[in-house]
Amino acid sequence: MPTDTVPSSTSPDSPEIIEPKLMFTATEQSRKKQLTENIARCIFFVMTLLMILPLVLIVVYLFVKAAPILSPEFFFMNPEKGMRAGGIWAPLLGTIYIVIISLLVSAPVGVLAAVYLNEYARESWFTRIINLAVVNLAGVPSIVHALFGVGAFVYFARMGRSVLAASLTLAIMTLPVIIASTKEALGAVPMAFREACWNTGATRWQTIRGIVLPNSISGILTGVILQVSRAAGETAPIMFTGAVFFKAISEGDVLAYGLFDRFMALSMHLYQLSTQVPGVPDALEYGTAIVLLGTVLMVNALAIVLRVYLRSRKRW
Amino acid sequence: MAKISNSTKKIEIADLTVRYDGVEALKGISFDIYENEILGIIGPAQSGKTTLLKTINRTIELEPNAQVSGSVKIDGTDVKSIKNVNQLRRRIGMVFPLPVGLPLSIYDNVAFAPRTAGIRKRSELDELVERCLQQAALWDEVKDRLKSLGTKLSGGQQQRLTIARALSHQPEILCLDEFSIAIDPVTTMRIEDILKELRSQITIILVTNLIQQARRLAGRTAFIFENELIEINNNDIIFSDSPANRLTYDYVNGNFG
Amino acid sequence: MKTIANVFHQLERWLEPVIEGIIRLCGISAIIFVFGIFFFVFREGMGFFFGGLDIVEFLTSPDWYPTSLNNKRYGVLALIAGTFSVTALAMVIAVPFGLGAAIFVSEFCGPKLKETLKIVIELLAAIPSVVWGFIGLTVMNALIIELFTVPIGLTMLNGGIILALMSVPIIVSIGEDALKAVPDSYREAAEALGATRWQVIYRVLLPTAKNGLLAAVLLGVGRAVGETMAVLMTTGHAVKIPTSPFDSVRTLTATIAAELGEAAVGSDHYRVLFIIGVLLFSITFIVNFVTDLVIKGIREKA
Repeated sequence: MPTDTVPSSTSPDSPEIIEPKLMFTATEQSRKKQLTENIARCIFFVMTLLMILPLVLIVVYLFVKAAPILSPEFFFMNPEKGMRAGGIWAPLLGTIYIVIISLLVSAPVGVLAAVYLNEYARESWFTRIINLAVVNLAGVPSIVHALFGVGAFVYFARMGRSVLAASLTLAIMTLPVIIASTKEALGAVPMAFREACWNTGATRWQTIRGIVLPNSISGILTGVILQVSRAAGETAPIMFTGAVFFKAISEGDVLAYGLFDRFMALSMHLYQLSTQVPGVPDALEYGTAIVLLGTVLMVNALAIVLRVYLRSRKRW
Repeated sequence: MAKISNSTKKIEIADLTVRYDGVEALKGISFDIYENEILGIIGPAQSGKTTLLKTINRTIELEPNAQVSGSVKIDGTDVKSIKNVNQLRRRIGMVFPLPVGLPLSIYDNVAFAPRTAGIRKRSELDELVERCLQQAALWDEVKDRLKSLGTKLSGGQQQRLTIARALSHQPEILCLDEFSIAIDPVTTMRIEDILKELRSQITIILVTNLIQQARRLAGRTAFIFENELIEINNNDIIFSDSPANRLTYDYVNGNFG
Repeated sequence: MKTIANVFHQLERWLEPVIEGIIRLCGISAIIFVFGIFFFVFREGMGFFFGGLDIVEFLTSPDWYPTSLNNKRYGVLALIAGTFSVTALAMVIAVPFGLGAAIFVSEFCGPKLKETLKIVIELLAAIPSVVWGFIGLTVMNALIIELFTVPIGLTMLNGGIILALMSVPIIVSIGEDALKAVPDSYREAAEALGATRWQVIYRVLLPTAKNGLLAAVLLGVGRAVGETMAVLMTTGHAVKIPTSPFDSVRTLTATIAAELGEAAVGSDHYRVLFIIGVLLFSITFIVNFVTDLVIKGIREKA
């Protein structure tokens, strides 16, 4: 509360000092107001805390339980003895495969779809339908994506249960992530730049290639990174489209899987270990979980760092 | 209507009407612009001056709710009949009120348009960039840092960069829309000097909110008011005590607007 | 080198219409995929949908015996009840916490803390559902058995808590957007009239942002209904209409995930799982459509 005093009179005729008076005093009401405000702040803070606490607890707990097994061998050994020993080489490599292949499909399609929506499409019912479709695609349950993958890729396109079928299913599932973040990145490029280019006789595509894309590439990259994290963590869409319970591959060979091979994946492996196999040592389960979670969180952190870095070096 | 001797018509505007969602922004405007003249266009805000420029290079088509009727001819060809709109836009340089430096290097800002037009040779581009920056009176200030970002220049420098870019595709017509609104008087004077030099090479349309600027630079001036062309005449008539229309006199002498 | 660049450039100019065509095609890809998903999922289930499935029984019977030898019955009522009970329980937990956290992030904290919290929320949203399932299976299971002295912890309660934790981030981030959209002048005007922070939130913010907050909750519902792995691993496997939070339940999604691997391709059982898929697709489609309308409502008012 401000406690300014009223300035004493400057007139020489009245030299007596005027009592300093408080402009405001804390009334009963304002004290009560302060109190309710503090209570409100506390309640909402506790609610927020309860929400973020799990993240910290989960990471710490998983890490502690997994600690005994985390070593280089864990990463480079196939699962052994009916999954009750060994490492996670085959599932790890499988996850890397499907992430990369799904990225190769969904990144270009997603970026170009966003380019269409932001740079070509005009406000119309058709554009609205496309946007609604993007929202819906993001909302379709992952298990329905799995059914789609089975119906369309495994049987209709005769890919069988394979790396390719699973990757394509994942690609379609993660498409909205890339479309949404690319659209945001493109929208952040001021319209004046485009108009300036059109005025010099540049075509739409030249403008996009020359100005719009180079200046939104970092935002697009953020979306791509988020897609990676999403694809790495998904289980349901790959369960019936190619991921299998067990497949031994040669350890240390990064080209061990073919496009039409069945494969193991980290997320699927964690599911199997924790529900289908009795007697798995705790550390093995927790180790798999922390590798999966750690990968996803680190990839996300990378996206966040990239975003913060970009915000600090604006080009206009 | 006065005619400048020994001049051919560069742009013929006939009965041009533009509506935005049915609201008229230009009402049946007709006049000609001659080769190698500076034509001033004055008038209060919102009277349709910018719309007029946009119809000339057909960027009006990018406004989804604008309808255009009437014709704009350049060298006798209706712009609407030109198939390649980008070729048309390359013939016209545009400078708008707010300077827009593209988020590219200074060099690339100027080289952008020539590159889109297909010029790839480094030596040719170097020469072009230097010439345009010279013409825009920016060369001496930036010649040592052509690689730095165009968007980091000061407002006045960016506006000159915009002019350099508008000149970079070697236009026949240069349109300036209140170019001095965001820059200081000293820079304004420098650009005005540039325009006087350019007059011998290209046709310049100078839309301005500064009546005195039109008086200083233009040979003829058009007065647009409430979306209609009130008068177009030689400057000695427009700025005399007895222009053809009483409104012109009142506007020029600050009685309204 | 230069000629290659030149050739490439020439090529690009020739290809420009092709590039634009590809961009347009990608633009409508989302529509193609949404229809494609519906088409291919329905196509697999069609044979049974038009040949033998009793739709009324399918939707109203709680008896799900797809592998019974002499009395196969395909009623999904118990599964629907499972899905909605878990979702409802999750929302009962997630909505107050989610909106509370959204209010805290948007109204009470400084910019630094806000940044940090938003990052944490983003990370929380990124945790894969199978990891959540694993947490439910190990930590939460033990916790529930311990706390409530029940014999089994893989219940509706377990699934509800895990789903709540999974939906909270989406509710917070969308809810915070909705609150951010309320103009500051509203808050200032209310405070100038002497309203307490409570009153500002309760009388001004919540009513103004209610559509956005509703959208946030609906998106949370959509996420919870469609979630598969976490509920598969945490809710137990009992096909029955639950009567208490300590009952094990089975959801629509979990049923597909658990049984598709065992059902013979082309069998009635296999096909009915795809029909469940169509049902799920329709539910989430409607939820998303309503959310879109709600959000559109906000935009039009603004």
